[in-house]
This record gives sequence, C-alpha cells and structure tokens, in this order.
Amino acid sequence: MRPTSAGFKDASARAVHDPALREAIVRVTGSLGVRRAQVTAELPHFDALRDRAKRIKEHTLAHLDRYLEQLEEAVRSRGGHVHWCRDGEEAVGCVVRICREVGARVVAKSKSMVTEELELNRALVQAGMEVVETDLGEFVVQLSGDRPSHLIAPIIHKRREDVAELFSRHLGTPPDAPVQVLTAAARAHLRRAFLRADVGITGANFLVAQTGSVVLVENEGNARMVTTRPRVHVAVAGLEKVIPRLADLAVFLPLLVRSATGQRLSVYVSLLSGPRRPRELDGPDAFHLVLVDNGRTRTWLDPDLREALQCIRCSACLNVCPVYERAGGHAYGSVYSGPIGAVVTPALAGGRGLLDLPFASSLCGACRDVCPLRIDIPRMLVALRARASAAPQARWERRLARLAAWVLQHPTAYRWASALGRLGERGLRRSRWLPEPLRAWAQARELPRLSSKPFHRRVRP
Amino acid sequence: MADRPARVALFTTCLVDQFYPQVAEATLRVLDRVGVRADVPGGQTCCGQPLLNDGFPKEAAALARHFLRTFEPYDAVVAPSGSCVATVREFYPHLAQEARWRERIRSLAHRTYEVSEFVVRVLGVERVQARFPHRVTFHPSCHLLRGLRAAECARRLLLGVEDLELVDLAHPEACCGFGGVFSVKFPEVSRALLEDKLADAQATGAQLLVSTDAGCLMQLEGGLARHRIPLRCVHLVEVLGQP
Repeated sequence: MRPTSAGFKDASARAVHDPALREAIVRVTGSLGVRRAQVTAELPHFDALRDRAKRIKEHTLAHLDRYLEQLEEAVRSRGGHVHWCRDGEEAVGCVVRICREVGARVVAKSKSMVTEELELNRALVQAGMEVVETDLGEFVVQLSGDRPSHLIAPIIHKRREDVAELFSRHLGTPPDAPVQVLTAAARAHLRRAFLRADVGITGANFLVAQTGSVVLVENEGNARMVTTRPRVHVAVAGLEKVIPRLADLAVFLPLLVRSATGQRLSVYVSLLSGPRRPRELDGPDAFHLVLVDNGRTRTWLDPDLREALQCIRCSACLNVCPVYERAGGHAYGSVYSGPIGAVVTPALAGGRGLLDLPFASSLCGACRDVCPLRIDIPRMLVALRARASAAPQARWERRLARLAAWVLQHPTAYRWASALGRLGERGLRRSRWLPEPLRAWAQARELPRLSSKPFHRRVRP
Repeated sequence: MADRPARVALFTTCLVDQFYPQVAEATLRVLDRVGVRADVPGGQTCCGQPLLNDGFPKEAAALARHFLRTFEPYDAVVAPSGSCVATVREFYPHLAQEARWRERIRSLAHRTYEVSEFVVRVLGVERVQARFPHRVTFHPSCHLLRGLRAAECARRLLLGVEDLELVDLAHPEACCGFGGVFSVKFPEVSRALLEDKLADAQATGAQLLVSTDAGCLMQLEGGLARHRIPLRCVHLVEVLGQP
C-alpha cells in the first residue's frame, strides 16, 4: 500500500470544507444505514447470528493453520492450485506469473479489496497486460485514475455528473447523459472485456475450508462473468477469509449482506469450487487460489489486534462513523478507510499511518455497536495509540504524561497544580498567546474557564 | 434491584472539579434528595481516561490503582460522568495486569455508577422531586449511551421533572465531536461534528441543552459561545437539582 495522503489531519481538514463531498457521502451512507437498520431489525435472531459468527471467527482464528491446510487440501482435490504468499510482492509476482504462463493479454477483474491493497493492477499493466475492472464503481475508479474511498461503494465521493463527464471522454456518451445511458454504456464496454479476457481475477468474501469453495457476493453479475468465461480464474484472498464449513454461510451471508447493503440477499452469490469438471458446460480450465499474508500473520500474533482479522468488510462501521462522514475515505490514505481502516492499515502495514489514524476517532463507539462481529474497534484504536506514543516524535508528550500521572497520584500535588493552573490561566488571558493544544481548541470553539474555586476547595477537607 | 448501598462516595471527576464545581454540588443535592448521603473522599483526582486515550496505558494504570486506593472502602461510587465511569468499568479491568489488582479493580468497577444510572437502576427512583419550567433538549454523551447503555436513565429522570418540556434532538446518538485528544488533534473535523450538533439543538427550539458529561459541556458551550447562539448548556444534575 502506497501512502497517498499528506496525513489524515490535512486531508480531513480539506474534506470538511467540501460540502459536495459530504453530501455525496451522506446520500449513500445514509440510505445504506437506514436499510441496514430495517433489515437487521426484521430478523429476530440477528443478535444471535452475530454471537454465533463471533464464536465461529474466534474458533477459526484460533485454529487458522488447521483450516488453511484443510482449505488447501480441498482446493487441490478439486483440481485447483493454491499459492501461499508472504507479502504483497510475492502475491503480485505470483499473479503476474500465472497470467504470463497462460499467455494472458487481457485480464478482467471483479471487485476485490485485497488486490487494491496489493496494487495488483499496476503490476499487471507493467507486465504488458490490459486490465479491466468490471465492477461499475471500480471501473469508474480505474478510468479516472482514482482510488476507492469506501469498502463497498468505491466511488461514494463522486457525483453522477463526474461520472457523466468521465464517460463522455472515454466511452463517447453525451456529457449530460442520464444514469441509465451511463450504465448501458458501461455494460456494453464491459461485455466486450468479459469476452476478450484470458484470465479472470476475483477476491473472495469467504473461503470454505470444508469444500475448497470461493464465495463471491455481488449485485452486478460481473464476478460471475469473470469466473466463468475466461480460461483461467485466479482468486486472491487474505488468510483471514477462511471459514470452516459450508453451513457457516448460513450465518455469515445474512450478516454480511444485511450489514453491508441492507439487502436481504445480494443479487448474486457464487460458490466456486475448483475449475470446470469434465461434464460441466462452463467455468475456467484452471483455478488458482492466491492466499495472501501481507501482515496478517503479524496481526494474528498481536493479542491487541487479532480481533481485526474477524472483519468481513461489510462497511457498516464506515456508514455510521461521524469522522468518516466528514473526512471521506481518501483522507485515511489507505484502501481501508473508516474506523476499521484506522485499525487495519497500521496493523497490516506494520505501523504505517500509526501516528494519525488511531487518533482519527472521537471513540464515540458507533462502529462497535453496528459491527456484525461486534469488533471492539475503539479498544484497538486505543491500543494502537499506545504504540504511537512510544514513537520518537512523542518524546515531549511522554514526559508530560509521566508528569501528569505523578501529579494525579498525589492529591497534594494535584491541589498545587490546580492553584498554579489558575495563575497560569490569568497570565494567558492577559498575554493573548496560547500554547498547543489550547490553540487548537480555540481554533474551533471558545476555551472553557477554570472555576475560580474548584470543588475540592468547596468541601470539607 | 440490589440492596441500597450503605456507603456511597462521590467521584467528582477532574473536569467537574476544575471547571464545573456546581455540577458536583448539584450531584450531592440530587443524591441527598433520594436519600443518599455521599462522602467526598479527599484523595480523589482523575480516572486517567485522558492519559489512556492519548496512548499512555501504563500511566493510566497507575491512576486506576490510585482510584482503587481512594474508593475501595465504599459500597458504591457515583460520578456525574458517563465517560469516566465507562473508563472505570470498561478499561480498568484490562489495565490491571497483575492478579492481585485485577479482582479488586473488577469488583470496584462493578460498583461504580454514572449518577442517573445509579438513581434509576440501583435505587429504582425515576422522579427526583424537581421542578423546571423550561423547554429543554437532551444530548446523551456517547459513553453514557453506547458505553454504559444508560442514556435512557437520564432521559427518564428528565421526563420526571415537573413542568419540564423535553424536545428530542433529531440525532441524539450523534457524537458532539469532543473525544478528548481528538478535539485538539483534529479541530476541523471536531468542529464539523459540533456545528451539526448545535444546529440540531437549535432546531428543537429549546431554551436549554442538557448533557451528561463535562467533556461534552466544554465542547458544546465553547461552540455556543463562539457562534453566539442564545442557548444555555447545563449538566443533567443541574436540572434535577432544581428545587
């Protein structure tokens, strides 16, 4: 993952002054949130499903080695290939090699966050291949040389007019074309890509260890095209996507779909188990599963952060996050944005974004409340903050924190500090100069006034 | 409902001590009205949440032990802050790594309450004999709402106040943007949250904005003053402590 933002602080401050961005975000997160609330409320056992899913994920992660080996065995027994990749470089190299070996010239992709994380497209293009993103949102991202800003709505930051303008340049539609014309143009364009593609690349929403199946959840049907028409199907997935049994989908599918888009079921759910078998009519000649670590084992080994691997990327936490709503996804400088992105980004990349992302939250807890896996995101953000405070840049903060802790453990010192604070406040009011962080506070609102007589001096000693 | 705790302590919290002493006084008044005489242990300071949230768990753990030393003799600890109580209840048990502290801290955490939660859930009282003839709106702090899941207690106590007209916010669940260190690390985003909250409060036509945490009060008051909005901001207990 390459850093693209000048840090969360600057990027979010700019985004706050972009009312069109906010409007575009709220239009989507608002309706997703309303629909999510409706379809989760109508399932009386939704909370029981959440608890069940949590237990399955905990169990799977506790025995991750066993389930991954079972998965590998199951994929192999159905004629597929499994590739284990330690990091992004290995994974990208692996996919490029597979494509080269089959002489691929055109590669069609369906939406996948892990390939965004790996920046796979860049490598494929450098290797001389034509890559076509076939999810409508990702197609727009690709055409405009942009980056996704939401886990499931990659162009949430774009307005219809932006897409119309883009398509008029690339696909020849009228500059003021209505949505139906735009989608029809994309459809015609993408259909040709499906037919021309030699290799189809997908991610995976789930990997079933029992059957070796890749489960793809989508609404546009493009993932199904990508996995059936081309000669070769390559599924790229993080290690944490494995679930033990096919029956577990009865728990995870409703959780994912209802939390993500607020649908009862997505338009398409594909379960793909290996390449086309002798008497089958369609499907690829070869199937490859590329299992990506890229920081996941490190996260797994980390007792504070392992819970982050339970995430099923539904984006419900983004849709309720007041900070994401104002800052937008790009401010996070990572393909993983929002509350879970603020955890996953430093976790996977071994500390990138550590100094600002864990702080990009008021810890209001809306993310934890809405998470179908009840992932305690605020707890992990606080744990990451402790690591940020150990960085060399935080030398003065560390000294101040130690001093504050000492004062607060000694009531007499606290009383003295309290009296000194009042003197200091008087001095500051006269000088009109403010030290940080008071200046940052006063930038957005008036400073509070210390009470002339604190409560501890008003009660009997 | 458990037995009425015999020995009750007020945990003032550092922000209330320094900025809102009238809130501590009102808390004592409210408790008195429901028949609880609370002690104010002299050694108390701060729960350590600012340190914890700024990334200093070791220092925060030292304050957890200080909290334990100060409040352990009591059957119940009551604070006018959902946020500080959430820190004690949610984070203290994680902070105490050593077994000899863990059990004692966990036990104390379980008997530490936010004031409205204490009155409604522990004492089983929903009316505190207050009269307040004003139209008010109510911003529950995030930690009272989602941390302690006790915002309903505060709201019920407000509804029990004579002559008080409660107009709900359109988005009571939205954060006011304080978030401690967040408010000074990202003042722009914090302000955006604050301004939406203030607009929501203004739209209710209320004369008073009632909240439950000193952090929210500082943020909301600071915003009201900056934008010269003619709306007053008070802590819940200041309303409940009215004659």
